[in-house]
Amino acid sequence: MTGRVLRAVAAVVVFVVSVFPVYWMVLTAFKPTRDIQAATPTFLPLSLTFEHFGTAVSAQGFWSFWRNSILVAGGAVLLSLVVALLAAFAVARLRWKGRRGFILMVFVAQMTPWEALLIPIYVIARDTGMLDTLWMLTLVYFMITLPFTVVTLRGFLAAIPVDLEEAALVDGCSRAQAFRRVVFPLLAPGLLATSLFGFITAWNEFAFANVLIIKDQDDRTLPVWLSSFSNTFGTDWGATMAASTLFMLPVLLVFLVLQGRVTTGIVGGAVKG
Amino acid sequence: MTTTLTRAVERRPPSTPPPPRRRRTSWWPYLLIAPTVLATGFLLLYPLVRNVIISLQEFGLPQLVRGDARFVGLANYTRVLTDPEFWAVVRRTLVFTAVNVVLIMVLSTLVALLLVRLGKWTRLLVMSGLVLVWATPVIAATTVFQWLFQSRLGVVNWALVRLGFEGYRDYTWFADGPATFAILVALIVWQSVPFAALSLYAAMVTIPSELYEAARMDGAGAWRVFASITFPVLRAMFGLITCLEVIWVVKAFVQIWVISQGGPGQATTTLPVYAFQVAQSLQRYDLGAAVSMLMVLLLVLALLAYFRQMYRQEEVS
Repeated sequence: MTGRVLRAVAAVVVFVVSVFPVYWMVLTAFKPTRDIQAATPTFLPLSLTFEHFGTAVSAQGFWSFWRNSILVAGGAVLLSLVVALLAAFAVARLRWKGRRGFILMVFVAQMTPWEALLIPIYVIARDTGMLDTLWMLTLVYFMITLPFTVVTLRGFLAAIPVDLEEAALVDGCSRAQAFRRVVFPLLAPGLLATSLFGFITAWNEFAFANVLIIKDQDDRTLPVWLSSFSNTFGTDWGATMAASTLFMLPVLLVFLVLQGRVTTGIVGGAVKG
Repeated sequence: MTTTLTRAVERRPPSTPPPPRRRRTSWWPYLLIAPTVLATGFLLLYPLVRNVIISLQEFGLPQLVRGDARFVGLANYTRVLTDPEFWAVVRRTLVFTAVNVVLIMVLSTLVALLLVRLGKWTRLLVMSGLVLVWATPVIAATTVFQWLFQSRLGVVNWALVRLGFEGYRDYTWFADGPATFAILVALIVWQSVPFAALSLYAAMVTIPSELYEAARMDGAGAWRVFASITFPVLRAMFGLITCLEVIWVVKAFVQIWVISQGGPGQATTTLPVYAFQVAQSLQRYDLGAAVSMLMVLLLVLALLAYFRQMYRQEEVS
């Protein structure tokens, strides 16, 4: 009996400690300023306001930072999806000399400590005139997400039974047709999951955005803008939390989408008897 | 092409992956991996090599502008390695890593053990809380923690005062070295526990329940069961996650840079922050590159341990 109570208490503690910071962020974003500055904080959403969201959205450059983030993250993910799909196909479906070496390279690339490459990439960007361009940032994010994309797509491809593809070949499909008509539809959930994860990585990235976009402040991305909130909002914590909430929203949506989608991508039932 | 393929299919016993698709090696696979190899070469290998080169040159602002850096051998490394400040940073990085990783591993083991013992709905609730933390972007979390620990309106100070710690009224956490250090630890542990706890939980449920029943019949207590069954069976998994956490904590940059930029003073300057400070504020790209190469060396050690664990894990499963 005491064990049960103890477990329940522990579960509540873990849940509260996990959720509270996020809850507090959202709650502050909706609280009227006088409640935020009250000596005794309120812990329940008693009176709500959209005022802070208004302040955040109308802040100087908010929409261009939003657009930059989408462009950079989206561009990087599309690029790495195409490049990785080719490589993943070669690894999962074909036999060739150097395949093991290539897989090892991808695994090692996945563990790259990117924080250690800030300086040379800054120098390279400067030398090639790519400093302060969103292109450079897109390329870096592409490379950051590429190894992970290859590894996961290879996994998804390997899970699709070869027999399906071979049946299509026997039925007179060409290699490309077999891929497009049989493999691709089955791979779609995997492609979605992988690209969404890549998108989150690029969306959240701060260190390179901070180093590579310096002069042209309009070209900044959301994380860099958010990190300097005190320049934008001063001590307006309501607006700061509203901006954080808006920044987190797409990531949360992606997580919700993935929850339902990835599991439906299981091909188990596709080959029967 | 199609005919050779179908013939290969006919000869092969059904569904034995991986398939020996073609006997003759053609240039197709190489064409398919070419973009990946080229990208890795230009965007990863070249910057790494460039970092090594810069660390062997005299490379400050004038050289950056004019592009006429000359080689100075290992002078930068000698200078860094004989600088007591560098060793202070290394010591701080090790302490920071040790504190974080120990807390992360202990807490996530406890959370995983708790998850195993919870009923279905409570477990789902706790797990969704953990996933929410996992989904929180680093920058959002960093901003929220600054708000939680804000001096005048922060909810943490309010709670501490309510609990009777009068000293925390309007306490400025970010002006004090150890306090800032503690907040960074709290932030990183909060962010890292979900991944570790959920992975450990996933591994724990694979342990056959007969093992536990047998142990309980022998009258083993909870701690005995953990020490003699759970931990030994999952040793490789524990090793794997510990290595990953070490790597992540050592290279943690964003949280520290955004909250304190390594300050106040040098209280929270770890290796990646130090490398960036030296390069950015002092514009000594050469010394910064040398420091970051030394950090890479440290990480490679952790990485080798990781790969060894992964190899073991593969052998086990």
